[in-house]
Amino acid sequence: MRLARRLTLEVGSLAIALVVFVIPFLFIVVTAAKDQFEAGQLAFSLPSTWTIGDNVKQVLTDNDNLLVVAFKNSTLLTVVSVSLLVVLCSMVAFVLQRRPGRVANGVGLLMLSGLIIPPAIVPTIWVLQKLHLFKSIPGLILVEVAFTIPFVVLLFRAFIASIPRELDEAAIIDGCGGLRLFFSVIFPLLRPVIITVILTSSVAIFNDFVNPLYFTPGDENATVQLTLYNYLGRYNTQYNLLFADILLITIPPLLLFVFFNRKIVEGQTAGAIKG
Amino acid sequence: MESGPSQARTAGSRGDAGPGGSALTHARTATARKTYLKTYSYWFYAPAGLVYLVVFLVPTVMSFYFAFTRWDLFTAEWIGLDNFSQFFSEQQLVTSLWHTLFYAVFTSGAKVVLGMLFAVVLTSNMRIRGLLRSLVFFPVLVSTVAVGITFGVLFQPDFGLVNTVLSWVGISGPDWLGDPDTALLSVAVVDVWKGVGLATVIYIAGIMSISRDYYEAVDCDGGGAWVKFRHITLPLARPATFTVILLSFIGGLRSFDLIWTMTGGGPGFASDTIASVIYKQYQAGFYGLSTAGNVVLFLLVSAIVFPLAFVLNRREVDL
Repeated sequence: MRLARRLTLEVGSLAIALVVFVIPFLFIVVTAAKDQFEAGQLAFSLPSTWTIGDNVKQVLTDNDNLLVVAFKNSTLLTVVSVSLLVVLCSMVAFVLQRRPGRVANGVGLLMLSGLIIPPAIVPTIWVLQKLHLFKSIPGLILVEVAFTIPFVVLLFRAFIASIPRELDEAAIIDGCGGLRLFFSVIFPLLRPVIITVILTSSVAIFNDFVNPLYFTPGDENATVQLTLYNYLGRYNTQYNLLFADILLITIPPLLLFVFFNRKIVEGQTAGAIKG
Repeated sequence: MESGPSQARTAGSRGDAGPGGSALTHARTATARKTYLKTYSYWFYAPAGLVYLVVFLVPTVMSFYFAFTRWDLFTAEWIGLDNFSQFFSEQQLVTSLWHTLFYAVFTSGAKVVLGMLFAVVLTSNMRIRGLLRSLVFFPVLVSTVAVGITFGVLFQPDFGLVNTVLSWVGISGPDWLGDPDTALLSVAVVDVWKGVGLATVIYIAGIMSISRDYYEAVDCDGGGAWVKFRHITLPLARPATFTVILLSFIGGLRSFDLIWTMTGGGPGFASDTIASVIYKQYQAGFYGLSTAGNVVLFLLVSAIVFPLAFVLNRREVDL
């Protein structure tokens, strides 16, 4: 009786999960593999002929390889932003955790506000324009870094609290200054949390749509999310190409998920609970 | 430089500044404090602080000026409260406020209920729970634009998968995204689909931290699964509930990308939220009005989230 109930629960929840969470992704795959006519019927069925290779090739080469350029832009954006975040935020978190007081309280408050307050969009464009960085990848990098700083600082601070202060003292006695203490003693110990930060923030920045939409409009410095959005109008009747694009864009997070599933979940919950 | 006694204590590495502070100890603590201040220098704040100041804080502060101007990015002309009176006199802008609130309340409510339900099922003794957790969580990592486009197609009125399935059981589904009555709700449902995985893993973490002893106590008293859920899981997972509510409220009030890719705020203004209004006014070149929208959003978020965070935090301590 008990076994039967457990089996029902397992089979039932598996069925629900498959229908609700898997079919949308299967739909992406089969539609990306169909020819234009068949994809236009929007049916959830296997393609009569698999043309996935052709579709992917066409999406990649359309408009002077726009999507390839966009992939380069997105990669550059993600790699540089995440590297900056790791270095800058761990430095902040180090002093924030080690030197409590009024200044630290103020900084902590600023970080919390940054998590909650929605960024002021047009004034940010105004600032970037003054710096001649509007519509440029470096400008977008600064935006992504600035908006992600609070979350990453709080992650680092929680971890640094678990590193014993005796370590600092020993290094100081050995003649380490602040910078050397941080970069050659503390920073290497941050490895676990650095991995978490890299995974969590690279997914967020790679998938970001709102900031590229505002700060790098047009095709020139488009990121992949932006090209996808632009294709929505362009490929209105070519669902096979639209979904081939979606498929390509979903692959990087899928790979990360397959390899770092546990770490990612850990980062998301840790960040969430700190937030 | 201010530094509390606690810092001086930590600086004078253990025992240095012990009782019976002679002149020598005093000198030593002074040096130690100097080393301390130099080691944990505020210069560490400088690089991140500069970026944060220029790209986040300055625009946020300046928005409170530009919101009161007619502005073309180069010259700003002070027009007092005109932008705000325009914002609150146009019906479509006022309804966007209500849409935003509805969206935030609906998505956070649904994420709390479903996240809790999924977490309870996924922490039970199942062989396939690892697989199920992955399935539920994966949408969190997928690009919002991709999700929006995919569901836009699945929700198509004539041939879309959702209505096709409904027609099998004799229901003719509405034009989900094209009907003003269902557009905002449909987007909110997709938001829940994409975000419930995060709520679930937060709840799982919360439930896993509850001591097994409580459940064994219920077993001894002969209580069933419902008693366990109602009297142990539910109250003791409260911190997780607070986190889920706060996070989805913050996200829900700002939500833009999913709405923009699925309906563009339409049909008409039926699914406009404050964030989509900000974008539309920006596109139309009304920078002052757009910034006023930003200030309204700022005030709304502050008025809801800061008190919420305060109340939830205080309750958490009571536990």
